[in-house]
Amino acid sequence: MSTLTSYARALAAETGQAKRLGTVRHLHVHDRPLVIVPLTLAGETNAPVAAMAGSQHDKPTVIVAGQPRMRSKRLDFAAELAEVVLPFITECAQRIEYVPTGRDGSEMRTRMADAPQLWVPNPGGISYLRMLGRMTRLRKTVGEYAVPLPVPEMGKWLTWFAEQSEFADTSLLQATTRALSGVWATGQSSVEDGNLAALMAWIAPPPGQSGAQAARRAEDPVTCPPAGPSTDPTFDAVVLKPALDAIDKATSDAARARLLQRLADDLTGQLQPTWDLVWQAIEALRAIPAGNHVPHRWERDRDNFGGYYQHLASDGRPQARRDNAERSARRLNDLERRLALYDAQRAFDDPMVMAEYRMGGDAFCGNVIHAEPDRTVKPGNRRQLRPLIVVQTTDPLRLLPGDADLTDQQRPKQTATILDVQHSGTATHVTLELSGSMGRGLTATPGSVPERGGTVTYSRLRTGYSAPGAFPDRDSIPWTHGGPPAQHIATEDDAREEWS
Amino acid sequence: MSTQLRLDALRGSGVIAKPHNARTIAALTRNPGCTRRAVMDAAGVDKDKTAAATGHPASIGKLSPLAVARGQGFEARVKSQGGAELLRLLRENLGLPIPQAHYLDLGGDDDSVIGGRYLRSRSALAASADSGPDAGTLFDHPMLRLQIAGVWVYLEPDMVAFRLEDKFYIIEIKSFAIVDGVADPGDVTRAAIQSSVYVLALRNLLADAGHDPNLVADQVILVCPKDFSNQPTAHFVDVRKQLTVLRRQLARMADIDRLLDSLPDGVTFDLAPDAHGLPTRSAADLAHALRSVEARYAPECLSACELALFCRHDAHDAHSTAALGRTVREELGGVDCTSTAVALGTGTLVPTDDLVQAAETLRAAHALRTAILGQLA
Ligand code: SF4
Repeated sequence: MSTLTSYARALAAETGQAKRLGTVRHLHVHDRPLVIVPLTLAGETNAPVAAMAGSQHDKPTVIVAGQPRMRSKRLDFAAELAEVVLPFITECAQRIEYVPTGRDGSEMRTRMADAPQLWVPNPGGISYLRMLGRMTRLRKTVGEYAVPLPVPEMGKWLTWFAEQSEFADTSLLQATTRALSGVWATGQSSVEDGNLAALMAWIAPPPGQSGAQAARRAEDPVTCPPAGPSTDPTFDAVVLKPALDAIDKATSDAARARLLQRLADDLTGQLQPTWDLVWQAIEALRAIPAGNHVPHRWERDRDNFGGYYQHLASDGRPQARRDNAERSARRLNDLERRLALYDAQRAFDDPMVMAEYRMGGDAFCGNVIHAEPDRTVKPGNRRQLRPLIVVQTTDPLRLLPGDADLTDQQRPKQTATILDVQHSGTATHVTLELSGSMGRGLTATPGSVPERGGTVTYSRLRTGYSAPGAFPDRDSIPWTHGGPPAQHIATEDDAREEWS
Repeated sequence: MSTQLRLDALRGSGVIAKPHNARTIAALTRNPGCTRRAVMDAAGVDKDKTAAATGHPASIGKLSPLAVARGQGFEARVKSQGGAELLRLLRENLGLPIPQAHYLDLGGDDDSVIGGRYLRSRSALAASADSGPDAGTLFDHPMLRLQIAGVWVYLEPDMVAFRLEDKFYIIEIKSFAIVDGVADPGDVTRAAIQSSVYVLALRNLLADAGHDPNLVADQVILVCPKDFSNQPTAHFVDVRKQLTVLRRQLARMADIDRLLDSLPDGVTFDLAPDAHGLPTRSAADLAHALRSVEARYAPECLSACELALFCRHDAHDAHSTAALGRTVREELGGVDCTSTAVALGTGTLVPTDDLVQAAETLRAAHALRTAILGQLA
């Protein structure tokens, strides 16, 4: 949240229409995503009731766990879902592409040409997949309590997707409400934006209605069932509980089948509206132009997908129940680095994001009113080229003389240090000394230094490579820090774990 | 007029005050700045019925029967066989020294006499505080009480354990799972605030009986299903922060007279029900009464107060910025109204002295939006 997004909310509230937050979207929208709309039994831990899944809007697969209170039925449910999820993943892993690598780019390495993109309605859907992954990945396919091979296989993948989704910059697993909230501001609170139907109503209200009116209507759980994973309590009381009780008590297979069919129809009725909304949201997002760095990030997503695909092929052990200290530390470092990079890329791709930094005083945009491209200084015994420019801006500047390492996106390798800040009326004059990326001699290569009359935006944001934190090899962690971390080995107990 | 009479008048003729429970007391702390809620709760007005009578029925408080059944089943399991499994957990999970323990059910055959059960609980718990250090006891169905705005509210914690390292512990049994040692933070927070109500009540009880209230631990024991099973697991949860918030809100409600003084004369939330219990009072008249008491709507109300949809409706009519979120209001420079914020941003309104700075920020925001987004803005 910031003044700009809050102002956009105020505008939306005043006009009754959702407002764009930026010029582009920052997430990749796949041509053929896999949508999963899950429903779970209230009060239980990950007791799947039903799900709608598939990669085509008009061809959903409906999976119903007829007796979600029975453990075996839950595993049947998982096996059925795996039949949708795993082939989809395999299909995405069919083609590879070659990318130059090495210092001079003369060597080649491979990358997955595609990666699966999963969509769920809301963050609760992501938690659901994480739990389902946790529940299924440790199961054994032989011996006592054996499950079909695809069950733990899907469990590992779902766990991987849920882990990936913690990175701000990935497009591999999307919560629809979050994706929409990154592009549009509504005239309601973020609490209310958590309701997919109400959020979509603001963004694309039915003809003749304002977003505000449509959103109020969309809050009625009868016409717009909740997007899950929990079902509507009234639906539970009136439909689900009586149906489950009746199925438990059914005296013949035929009677049970009839009851199951009716329940499946009722559950489809609960799922369908959300299913449609997710696809509608995907279309709406696709229609927004993508930011320049979106393809780069999707490349990395594909690299990561390929990496895990390889890992499963060669090792195949499931993720541990908990990260050990070493893995947590690496992960935290990755989360931070990737977030910083993502923030910078978004600011460079979208002037509205950069505007946040400008309003906060950490970036400024203005015109070059004076330039000395051939200025030199002699701090030691060698003369150096240090051009000087003066930028006139009206942004509220918080940076001070002496602040260094500022860059302008047009010249990412050239850094600027603030020498002086002068206020004159509503404008501010910032004097900057530049270094780097202007040729070898004592005169700047033409065009390498901002010219008088040009527009520049300086900030501390960077998109260049940043080295990962240094961590010792797992085997050289000293005993004072616990020694080499234990490798996780799934035990018989893991496979036997109750699911009741 | 005495406080009680004033509260009775607010609630209406012959209506029995709606009793509080730990959940409703916990909810009180969610919007401490709201006078409307404070006086209605103090008077024991049925906010659910009130909201419905204004044409904005509450959306909260609906529980799935499936969730209720699961919760009851789990609690029964934990308490079964004199809490044998629970004792094992306290020993093994929490490392509490319990050489031997007995189980005491304080629930009575005649639970309709609540006060009686409270007295029975008090004497049993107080006797326990006097006893030697080697006897552990699990008290089931204890009854505690707390004063809310001058009215005694009776409370039933799941269990109380004594004495574990010389402390009384509130035991709270919840049916959300702790998977690999981690539970949903929202669920844990809700459980913590609810248990802090019991901690406070138990401290009052001991103080009443002449014991040191600090015998009650400021950690509670949370018992939840472990992973995906029905097996319980136990964890300590620190509720010191929640206790502070709770005390502050109760002190505020204790000072209810001051809030009542601020109300216009003769205001009442009486629904004037007919013989069938249906309200005869008009929605408009009732809404008028509600509006005479200051509210402070924020989106958090949606999950904490039965009147939320009524108050939201009013907040929207007033173009409230806080209805978009408390942080939104702050980021708009504290401007109350979205129409004011936009008018300041577009420069069609000249700011009053206190809004000069906010106006500057809003104008900058508006200018950036139009310059960058152009048509899209
Ligand atoms: S919903 Fe209304 S009465 Fe309830 S706490 Fe919020 S503002 Fe106060």
